[in-house]
Parts: sequence; structure tokens; C-alpha cells
Amino acid sequence: MNFAHLVAAAAVAAANTPEQSAHASSFREFAIQASYLAASVLFILGLKGLTNPAKARQGMQLAAIGMLVAVLGTLAHQEILTFTWIIAGMILGSLIGAAISIWMPMTAVPQRTAISHAFGALAATMVGIAHFHEPTHAPGSVEMTALGFEVLFGSLTITGSFMAFGKLQGFIPSQPITYKGQNASNISLFVIAFLMFIYLIFNPDPAQNSMTSVVFYLMVVLGLAVGVLIVLPIGGADMPVVISLLNSYAGLASSATGFALQNNVLIIAGALDGASGFLLSILMSKAMNRSFANVIFGAFGGGDAPASAGASTEGLTVHSISVDDAALQLAYARLVIVVPGYGMAVAQAQHQVRELAELIEKRGGEVKYAIHPVAGRMPGHMNVLLAEANVPYDRLYDMEDINGEFGRADVALIIGANDVVNPAARNDRSSPIFGMPILNADQAQRIIVLKRSMNPGFSGIENELFYNPKTALLFGDAKSSLTQLVTAVKNA
Amino acid sequence: MTAFLQMYVFVLAGFVGYQVITRVPPLLHTPLMSATNAISGISLVGSIAIAGKGGDHMVSTILGFVAVTAAMINVVGGFMITDRMLKMFKRNEPKK
Repeated sequence: MNFAHLVAAAAVAAANTPEQSAHASSFREFAIQASYLAASVLFILGLKGLTNPAKARQGMQLAAIGMLVAVLGTLAHQEILTFTWIIAGMILGSLIGAAISIWMPMTAVPQRTAISHAFGALAATMVGIAHFHEPTHAPGSVEMTALGFEVLFGSLTITGSFMAFGKLQGFIPSQPITYKGQNASNISLFVIAFLMFIYLIFNPDPAQNSMTSVVFYLMVVLGLAVGVLIVLPIGGADMPVVISLLNSYAGLASSATGFALQNNVLIIAGALDGASGFLLSILMSKAMNRSFANVIFGAFGGGDAPASAGASTEGLTVHSISVDDAALQLAYARLVIVVPGYGMAVAQAQHQVRELAELIEKRGGEVKYAIHPVAGRMPGHMNVLLAEANVPYDRLYDMEDINGEFGRADVALIIGANDVVNPAARNDRSSPIFGMPILNADQAQRIIVLKRSMNPGFSGIENELFYNPKTALLFGDAKSSLTQLVTAVKNA
Repeated sequence: MTAFLQMYVFVLAGFVGYQVITRVPPLLHTPLMSATNAISGISLVGSIAIAGKGGDHMVSTILGFVAVTAAMINVVGGFMITDRMLKMFKRNEPKK
């Protein structure tokens, strides 16, 4: 904090002597650059904090200080003549940002993340357009390359993220929307936008080429259209990959802004954001055993999977179980592994899960949570929901860490999860999810599945785990089933 | 040459980011995403310069105002929600 104030005070002091000796001006430039360097270091330290749950909060506070330093440094800039609109924007933005983060329920984190990528991209695109509209000097090819990336990635991310937001929030159908020739037309639109970009690189100066302005703004419009069209055919279950990819694009747009403005802290922050989004999208695709191309062009999860998909379950029967029987099995179990899925979050049942777990622990049993990487609607979403319900984070296990333990679990309790425990991913070559890494819930002694009905999961694939002789289904709304289980375990 | 120096900065920052973020446990992937989101709100820095041009730069001022607002939503919202989430992650306390 002291450092931030020092830099700001020094910078403001420098700004107050407009009959600048060269000395004052170079000091101001020095202070601004120093503030950016400090911010860059603090950002990296902040992200490093996230490698350890116990230190993550302090880390992020460092990053926030970094942001403050960079903003104060920028406010000292010579080019700024009026502060009215800066302050108005900052107040409005702060109010909206604070309101969203205070009142938003944790189940809505994926939506907020999606829309925030749109905001980030919007800022980058606006800056890019402003620079094109009122250039400080005639733009050259190098500058246009940066500007082009900025507005192309930016515009695509604005509408793409908004579509993802709509699908997650539910005002746009989360089913894939497909039509004939969709991929071909999307690809050609993108190619046209890219050709426009190439044209701009070779004709960067609107003062010399009257077409440049037209092409520039057409490219922005095309970018916006591509963003909409590319997310239309992507289903809700693929959102973790899409959000991560858009995260990466928003970062790249920020970085491109840095190139255009010759501002290193923007380049660095954008690169960090881009790297993070890229890494997360790789992890998510791996967790679903799909390639990027397959996610973007595959229109998966629309229930239009071939009818022959997966082993036929005809003639197999499911075994249902009463609340009391299920409670007895849980009450006397030594190890219970809970497998939560998105259905648990939809039913808002995480608090009941925690209550049940505490009862089992009080009776001497052990409860662990098995978290599949794509459980929920964005990377790590399930962990946040369980942490909110006061589940200690040392009980939450990643897939690789827990899969070896199912063999010695007395009960695997599956709540609203389906595809992530489907053994077809392991042994049925004809299944659309074949090869996807899954949680080995079928290796537990007994499997209790809380399920609303026998509808297949998001991908529309039958799950043979439900027909396993070791499996018992407890039908009903997850929340009320769990409440009844809690009462029954208390009396057991 | 400036462009080349900038490429160095970009590539090296990307590597540092990749290395650091590889070590973030899946447990914290959601806070990670809102954290990088807050950090990329640094485009605020670029937006401020445009919103503050003043005078007869109407278009720039409007674009800058929108950009400052959007970036500020991410900065304030991003840091606040990240903190709200991280606050919830607790270790198991000994039972009373």
C-alpha cells in the first residue's frame, strides 16, 4: 500500500507542474513505468498464491494492490486532460461489479465468468476502435496487426461469451442449435474476416486507402457474427471447454491491446490470462476425451447421438431402494465416496449432502468426495459449491487421487452425476463417450444413485451402471431424498 | 524492433503463466478463472487514456467511457468474487 501511495503521490506531484522541465516529465514517465513493472510482478505473485489454498487469499490481495498501482500510475499520464468520464466509468463499473459479486449465488459463477469475458473483450475492442478512429499517427502494418487481432478476437469474444452467458443463464436454449451447412458457413465467414485482416495489414492507413475504414468496421461486424454462430451449435455440457477457450481469447485480445498501445503490463496480464484459459481448455477437453475441433464443430449433447449408441439396456432391470435401507447402508459404512454432479447443484442439495456426511462421520465412518474435472458447468465449479456448503477442502479429491479408493469404499453415493460414472466410457467402443476418463464408482461394494427419473444424462447416453446388480436407485428429488436420508440415518 | 521486444515480453509472460498455472490444483480452477479475469481487467489502463482525451474527441470519449466501465466491472467484480470464493475454502477443523 505504501508503495502504491508513494508512486501515485510522486506521479501526481509531477503532473502538477505543467511548465515541465524535461526533468519532471521524464520522472513522471519513470514513475508510470515503475508502477507497471510493480503491477506485473504482483500479478504473477498473485497467481502463484493460487497454487496453495491456504495462501490464495493473500496472493490475490497482492494482485489487487498491483492493479491499484497500475491504475494510479496511469492516472498520472500526461495525455489525460479530463477526468469526468474516467471517474464516471469507474464508479458505474465498480457499482455493477460489486453488486454482481455480492448478490450472485455460487451456482451462477459460470454465467458471471462468461459475461465477464464479454466485458473484458468489449473493453479491448472499444480501445481498438478508438485507436483506429483517432490515431495519434498514421498506423503502419505492425500496428495494424496488433489492432486487427485486438478487434477481431475482441468482437468474436464479446458475442461468443454473451451466447455462452445466455445458454448458461437459460434465456438461450442450451441444446445445440444446428442447421444444414453450418460448419461450412461458419468457417467461410471466419476465413472472410481473416482475409479482411490480411488486407488491412497491407493497407493500414485510412488516409491513403479509402477502403481501409470500410474493411475495418466490416471485420468488426463479421467478428461479432462469428462469435454468435460459433457458440450456437455448442451444448450445455461442453460449456467448460467453451468458457475456457473464450477466457483465452479475452486474454489474447488484452495482450493485442498492449501491443497496439506499446504497454507491457497489458501484454503481460493478457498473456497470463490467455495462458490460463488455454491450459484450462486443454484440461477440460482431455477430461471429456474430445479435441477442440470436436467441441466446436461436433454439436455434441443434443440427444441426436445415433440410436444404437451404447450397449442396449433393454431387458435389464434396475433395483430401487427405500430411504430406510439406503440409510442403513450409509450409517454402517466405513468409507463412503460421494460423487456429486451438476444435478446436485441444480437441486441445491449441497448443504444436505454435508449434513449427511457429518452424521456418517459422527458414527465413525469416513466420507470423501470424488470430483470429476468436468463436474459442473465450468472448471472447478463443484469444488466451489461444496466449499460454500462448508465441506472442508481436504475432503475433496481429484479424479486421479480418488479412483484407486473406490475398491475399498462400502458405498459410492452418486448424486446427480451420470456420464462421469458411465462404465461405457471404459469398455464400450461404440459409445460416444468411449475413452473419456471416468470415476470408478462401479468398483465400490455398493452403489446408491439418487436420481429423479430414468431419463438419460446430458449426452443422452444410457448408463449401464444403473443396471449393475450392486447398484440401487433412490428415486426422487435429490434434496428431499437427502433430507429424508439425514433423518433416517439419525434414527439408525 | 519495438514489436520484437514486445513479442519477447508476450512469449516469456506466457511461459511464466503456463508454468505457474499448471501448479494450481483443480480445486481452485474456478477462483483461478475469476482471478485471471480480474487481472485482465488491466485493459482499464488502456481505456483510461482514451476516456480522458477530452475536448472535441467525442467518439473516443464515448468508446473510452464504455471501455472503462466494462474493465472496471471485471476488476472490482473479479477481485471481490475471487475473494468471496477463496474465503469459503476451509480445512477440516477438529471436531468439538
